Parts: sequence; C-alpha cells; structure tokens
Amino acid sequence: MTETRTGSPLSAGTTTGGTTTGVSRRTLLKGTAAAAGVAIGSGAITGFPTIWAQNIKNVTLRQFGTGVSNLNAVADKVKEDLGFTLQMTALDSDAVAQRAVTQPKSYDIADIEYWICKKVFPAGVMQPMDVSKIKNFDKIVPIFVNGKLTPESAVAQGTAPHTVGFVEGKDSIKFAKSATQWMTLIPTIYNADTLGIRPDLVGRPISSWKDLLDPAFKGKASILNIPSIGIMDAAMVCEAMGEVKYGDKGNMTKEEIDKTLKIMTDAKKAGQFRAFWKTFDESVNLMSSGEVIIQSMWSPAVAAVRAKGIQCVYQPLKEGYRAWGGGLGIAKHLSGLELEAAYEYINWYLSGWVGAYLNRQGYYSAVLDTAKEHMSPDEWAFWMEGQPAKTDILSPEGKVMEKAGAVRDGGSFQDRMGRVACWNAVMDEDRYMVRKWNEFVAA
Amino acid sequence: MTVSAVPSEASSASAAPRGGEVRRSVLRRVAPYLQAGPLALTLLVFLLIPILTIVAVSFWDYDSIRIYPDFVLTNYEELLTSPVTWKTYLNTVKFAALTWVITLLIGFTVAYFLAFHVQSTTWQMVLFLVCTIPFWTSNIIRMISWIPFLGRNGLLNSGLISAGLIDQPLEFLLFSDFAVVLAFVHLYALFMVVPIFNSMMRIDRALVEAARDGGASAAQVVWNVILPLAKPGIAIGSIFVVTLVMGDFITVRLMSGGQSASIGLMIANEISLLQYPAAAANAVVLLAVVLIMVVAMLRIVDIRKEL
Repeated sequence: MTETRTGSPLSAGTTTGGTTTGVSRRTLLKGTAAAAGVAIGSGAITGFPTIWAQNIKNVTLRQFGTGVSNLNAVADKVKEDLGFTLQMTALDSDAVAQRAVTQPKSYDIADIEYWICKKVFPAGVMQPMDVSKIKNFDKIVPIFVNGKLTPESAVAQGTAPHTVGFVEGKDSIKFAKSATQWMTLIPTIYNADTLGIRPDLVGRPISSWKDLLDPAFKGKASILNIPSIGIMDAAMVCEAMGEVKYGDKGNMTKEEIDKTLKIMTDAKKAGQFRAFWKTFDESVNLMSSGEVIIQSMWSPAVAAVRAKGIQCVYQPLKEGYRAWGGGLGIAKHLSGLELEAAYEYINWYLSGWVGAYLNRQGYYSAVLDTAKEHMSPDEWAFWMEGQPAKTDILSPEGKVMEKAGAVRDGGSFQDRMGRVACWNAVMDEDRYMVRKWNEFVAA
Repeated sequence: MTVSAVPSEASSASAAPRGGEVRRSVLRRVAPYLQAGPLALTLLVFLLIPILTIVAVSFWDYDSIRIYPDFVLTNYEELLTSPVTWKTYLNTVKFAALTWVITLLIGFTVAYFLAFHVQSTTWQMVLFLVCTIPFWTSNIIRMISWIPFLGRNGLLNSGLISAGLIDQPLEFLLFSDFAVVLAFVHLYALFMVVPIFNSMMRIDRALVEAARDGGASAAQVVWNVILPLAKPGIAIGSIFVVTLVMGDFITVRLMSGGQSASIGLMIANEISLLQYPAAAANAVVLLAVVLIMVVAMLRIVDIRKEL
C-alpha cells in the first residue's frame, strides 16, 4: 500500500492540541491529525502508523453491529496491535439497520450485512472507502467484487454483495453496477446457511429444503422470525416443493410473496411449527431441548448445540445454500485522525489474524490468503478444504469443537460458497412483504 | 389534569407588591397550583408530549428506512382494514379476559384468606411478603423458568410419563396459548392480590359480625358483604392486570414460541422494521382501546369511594 496523507482542511486549527487542555476530545484529535498530516506532508507511508503512533492511542472507535462479529477478542487484539480503543455494541439485525439510519452520529464504524447496507447506505449516513487505501483489496474473495466465486460460477439471487458493494463516487449514494474505487463495505465475514437437524431424531436422511414442511416433522419444525431472512428460507422451501416459481427469490413480486406465505401459513395452521425463533440462543435451546428437530439455523448455533454433546448437523441440501455476508462501513461524520484509524483498523482486519479467528468459528473471512498464514495446515484443511481433521479442532477460545477425524458439514469452501442459491435480501416490495410476514406470524 | 399553573403564577408575581394582606390571599389561591405544578410539569413533559408525538407520527409516511413528516391516513387504513389486526386484537383481548378471570379468582381467594382467616397481623404481613417473593427476580427470569419445566422433555412431562399418567408428552403445555396465560397469571396475580387485600383490610369487621348475627351463611357474607366492599380493590387490580396484558409483548413471544400474536408484539415488530408511523398508529389505537376499557371499569365501580 502506498498512501499519501496530506494535511486535512482543518490544519488551520491548533497544532499543539496534544498539550492543550480544555479542548474537546474531537477538536483535539482533529488538531493532532492535522499536525500529523502536516508533519508527514507528501511522504509515503507503508504499514502501520509510526509518526502518530502516540496520538492514535487516544482514538476510540465505536463499532456496532450484529453479534456475530462483535467479538471482544477482536477489540483486545486491536488495542494490542494498533494501540487504539475499539468499543463494540452488539444488536440484532433490525436494530442495527434502525440505528445506522436514525442515529448516524452514535457510531464510527458500522458492521452491517449487505442487505442492511442496501437500506442504510442510500440514507447518506455513511461514506464509501477508497479502495486504493485498502492494502489487500485485490485479494478479497471475488464474490464481493463481481459476484462470482470462480469466473464460471453464476451470480446468486438476492442482494448479492457486489451489487451494493460499490458506489459511483466519493459522495455518491448510488450503487454502482460494477466495481469502482469506492467501496461501501469492506467484507469481513460471511457464510452459507442451511437447515440444522437433529440426526438422532429426524429418523431419515434430509436432502432438500422442502423437508422442513414434511408432515412427519409436524410440531417439531421451526423457522426464524426475522422477516427479511425468514422469507428467503420460506422461498427455498416453496421452490424445492415445486409450488412456487420465482423470478428472483431476493426480489419477489407481491404475487410470489402471497403464494409463499400462503403455503407457510397453511403449514403453520396445520401445526407444523413448534416455535419461531428470533435470537441465536433461542435456536440453540429449541434444538438442544429436542423441542425442534429441523429448523433454519446459523452455523455457530449448530456448533453450540454440539458443544453440549448433542448431535446436530448443518445439513447441506441439494437446492443450495442461503448466504449472507457482512462488512465494515465508515460513518459519514468520521474524518481526520479517526478516519485514518478506521482505515488502519480495516486494513488490519483483512491482514489475517481476524480472518483466522472467524474461519475457526466456522465463518469465512474476506481475504483467505492472509487468514491461511494464521491457521495451522490441519485447521485450514478442516475448515476450508473439507478434509477430515487430523487432530482435535479447537475453537478460537481453545475449546474442542470437533474431534480428530470429523469432517465439516457441507465440505470445503468451494463446495459451500460455490453452491449459494440466494443471498439475504431486501426487496422492492419490502413493506408489503413485512406486512404479510406479520400476518403469517399472527395467523 | 390541571395544567393552568403558569398563568396564575405570573399574576401572583404582579400582585405581590400591593401589600401583605393581598399577598397572603393570592398565595393561598396560588398555593394549590404551585403544589400541583411539579407533577403537572412532569406529566406534561414525560407523558403528554410523548403521547402527542406518537399521535403526530402516526399520520406520517414511511418507507423501509426513513419516515417523512406528512399527513396521511394510510397507517390507520392499513391497520384497521387488515383482518390480522382484528384477529390480533381479539387474541389479545382473549388473553386479557382469561388472565383477568383467573387472577381475580386467585387474587380474591388469597386476599380473603389473608384478611379474614389469618388472625395475627404479624402472620398477615409474613404471608403477604411470601406472596411477593417471586417478584424478587426479574419477570423475564420468572417467565423463562417455565420453559424447561413445561417443555416436551421438561420436568412436568417427564414426571407425568414416569408416573405412568401419560404415554406421550403433552405438547400443549409449552409454546401455546395455555403457556401464555399461565405465565400471565403467574406474573400478574400479585397485582390483583395487593389492592383486594388492601380493600378487605378496610372492611369494618363489625359488618361481618352483624351479617352473621343476622343469620347469613359464610357464603352469603362473602357474596353480599365482602365482595361489594372489596369492589374498589378488584377494580384497581383489574385495571393493572388488563392494561399490563393488553400492552405485553415479551410474554406472548417467549411463551407462544413466537407463534401467537399480541398487539404489543405487532408494535414491537413494526418498530424493529423501522415502520415507526405504523407502530405509532397501532399504539394510538391500542391506547384508545385500553382507555375505553378502563373507563368502562371505572363506570361500574367507583374506586374513589373506598380509597
């Protein structure tokens, strides 16, 4: 990376901010940023900051997002490696979308999913990132750049990350059709979701999404009650049943929404579902207590059930996966030293340590090469290549997740991410869909 | 509500220099307003203004991310024309009615026992405190603790199966309307016990004795003497229980496994999807419905009579 930092427009401000008292933190930071900017002038810097290494310690970046990637371990490591403080707040995805739009000053870094980005970015509360400042940009998995894992693969339906990954210019809020210099979110974490099952209780092989509505599992199925995600699972089911044909599952017509939810409502009235879940722990409890034996599930929830010594499989299905992805975006109000710190943080995020951490949790990291350097060959083979574990596989916290000999459900990265049928999405008929979804829940 | 404190205050200031006599009489006239002032101000800022804001927002327009100041009736239209709304209201009223009946029976019985059968005041207080023990933990905890108890492989089902009473676990125990009402009763019975107990303690024991002397049976005493005199307590308890159940969302969500609807849940869903105007419209309608219910209860029972 060769980046040039020039003095910010605020360089007229105090340049002795470091010793001034009675100045607000923000002014102070801007002052020092300007000082740093002037000091460096047009000098090119590579790697970690050196000259303002002292100032940057005063920076606190407030990050908020969904629970999956708001990891305290990451904040601790940031403090250790970069020196500044990262404050994390975890909320559910609806609350994240809400806060991102309505309280744009309450965060510096938003850790949001791509479908949330589609809602949030056009509100003008965030600023795109200059990819020339992102060191590992060209190593980012191509799904996030052009939508294709390999040049031959098809683009999945739904809000595919690359469709909302770039905007047309620095101040634009219009999503660009193809990659530009301005990226809305730097991808951090993503995965392919499917149904979780209790192999000891289902009593037969599960191979299709339509098995969720199999009358054999009456009163023992569950689906997640987050409309924008639940509707996708429902669509996967209805499509697998051959009941509904979709133009784009991620952007249904009113008629498609009606048909889909009609099928789900009928199933609900027939007593197919034991419960609907909204949070991670609810899904874990439903599964581990045996209340539910087949349900939409998230990968770490499956791991959490298994950690209790209960059999649980993240079942690959023939119709493919429903994928989701999230990334880090920068709030519009960020500037000066804090903005630089945000770039440092994002570059650090892609530099491997976090990637390895996420991969070990069963998620995927955006830059694979750097993550590989931080994982043992056996870990890499298990998580990414779908090979049997040679030794016990440990979680990032050091707990045994899988015994030696285990194989990851769904296999390798290529097998899983290469078989994405659709991405979590926000539809044009969003408002209608939500109303209908609420009717389904109330039915 | 009396919110006219401000003008009187102003006039008192201008009247002040006229002399001690006048000042005192003005003060006497103004004093009640001054005393009511802080409460009026608090209610104005923390109750009236927020409610007016909700009413205003309920006429605004919205899309998936933003709300737009406007005056549209679509929020009410969509709300009132949707069969789901009516079904949900019906469902919520059903929960409220069931909970009300059961908590009333329990509340009246417990209060009657405490007030008339327990003779020593010490024991009355001890037993009354026993009733409050569950309230030492958060109500979410109290609610969630039902889940492992009622579940398919829960304590109750395992117990019944091992006792040979049933072969299959009873599915209706958890994630059902039964579970919802059970949790409501558990959570809110005390709100019925306390005011009824309070009313009963004020009943002149001589009345009970007079009724007995007049030849009334125990049941007649309860029906014709105690029940009418405990009515204000029953009304207050009913207001607590009905308003709490009508506005609840978390109990319904957790105990029905997210499969049953309540108005509170509907509003919570709308808020979480940024549909504030729709949620506001829903809240306004709910407020109106609950107010009507409370007014109806107050028309039946004059709670001031016995306070």
